[in-house]
Amino acid sequence: MIKVTDLHKSFDDLDVLTGVNAEFEKGKTNLIIGQSGSGKTVFLKCLLGLLVPDSGSIEYNGKAYRHFSKDEKREISKQMGMVFQGGALFDSMTVEENVMFPLKMLTTMSKQEMKDRVEEVLDRVNLRETNHKLPSEISGGMQKRVSIARAIVNKPNFLFCDEPNSGLDPRTASVIDNLIQEITHENDITTVINTHDMNSVFEIGEKIIYLENGVKAWEGNKDNIYKTENKKLIDFVYASNLFQKVRVAQREGL
Amino acid sequence: MLSKYIKSIGQYFIMIYDTFKRMTKASELRRLILQEIDDLIISSLGIVIFISFFIGAVIAIQTALNFSNPFVPRSLIGFAARQSIILEFAPTFVSIIMAGKVGSYITSSIGTMRVSEQIDALEVMGINSLNYLVFPKIVAMCLFPFVIAISMFIGIIGAYVASVYGGYLNADQFITGLQEDFVPFQIFYAFLKSFIFALILATVPSFHGYYMKGGSLEVGHAATTSFVWTSVIIIFMNYFITQLLLS
Repeated sequence: MIKVTDLHKSFDDLDVLTGVNAEFEKGKTNLIIGQSGSGKTVFLKCLLGLLVPDSGSIEYNGKAYRHFSKDEKREISKQMGMVFQGGALFDSMTVEENVMFPLKMLTTMSKQEMKDRVEEVLDRVNLRETNHKLPSEISGGMQKRVSIARAIVNKPNFLFCDEPNSGLDPRTASVIDNLIQEITHENDITTVINTHDMNSVFEIGEKIIYLENGVKAWEGNKDNIYKTENKKLIDFVYASNLFQKVRVAQREGL
Repeated sequence: MLSKYIKSIGQYFIMIYDTFKRMTKASELRRLILQEIDDLIISSLGIVIFISFFIGAVIAIQTALNFSNPFVPRSLIGFAARQSIILEFAPTFVSIIMAGKVGSYITSSIGTMRVSEQIDALEVMGINSLNYLVFPKIVAMCLFPFVIAISMFIGIIGAYVASVYGGYLNADQFITGLQEDFVPFQIFYAFLKSFIFALILATVPSFHGYYMKGGSLEVGHAATTSFVWTSVIIIFMNYFITQLLLS
């Protein structure tokens, strides 16, 4: 579980996060939604330890990050997996080398153990026969799956995803969403997903946090979102005509 | 403006300090160093040999054509070629060429990793990205004085071929000039400054790539800025080292 209390972050004169409070639950897909510029990515980078917050605290499994020793910080970062928006795969490495990389760098596994584990996770994300291909030789959806495989190969306790289905067609996006949710449930990990894809919200939003101008403006799940009276959230979620119709249908019990 | 430069200088030294912290696993580091030796040193040999040969030849021809006085011994052509090549051409001129070749490669490769979030991916895994990316380049560039030694040798061969086969003097005269007033300290001076330039060549472009902001357009801009600053620093350090060691 991750608990965030009164988190502030600014860049020069620009206040990006202004007192965010949130709890991300274990074994659930926790979604952060919000318009572009609402502070989602900065928030996620603070959770990952890539940015240092100006004030406030982030607790991982009950212990505040700022109280961690250097070794504990290193240990907690080993327990994190991240799926980047663009995949962030290493261009010069093959699919297999990319997925094996965290094992090579962070564990003392033998080469055969590493190979077996890589096979296992590539199989889990339905990627076969691509082991020796370079990231540039596979499709965007495959790259996302490799990125997920790399994120989970070291059996993390926390999985972070920054817009995991951006740039993908709706069908592939749905496959990626469901894959992340299945992995979260199977491994009982805390998953935090940054998204502004409404399909993801209605499909896998077991817990949803809506950020507005650097503060949490709403919290709930995919079922509550139909009944919300929060004007800004309604404007954001139902900006598309399709979702407006879905909302009306839901309210009318159709 | 001034505060921006001071901040950048401070950031550069912090980067170098951080590069030597939290070392990458030895087996991976060994692979990275060998890869960088191939990318930065071995792949540069072709252009260095080509340029050195012809610049050496041109130095010899220019010297020969400017010695019209019959009382000046022809062997001075060999002496002048040696001095020009060992003291300045090989260490400084080749370093500036390398700032263009190796420097822009380092900046653009690290900058692309920054833009595509690969550096963030390393950090999230708990890997010191500076050590992983910059340290192997520094170690590989420690072999740069060998490139300079090759440049010196080829430059002198070029001077020999152009002056002897061009009919400006005979082989004995050239070799006599080459051995005249030889000061071994000058070789030490040339290699010392090559080593310092190597450190500049590895770290300044890395700094520009690592701390760049923006997208792919900015990668190109960072590569150009890196070339300019690497050349400026090399030229300034050349003056400083020469003043310190030879004056």
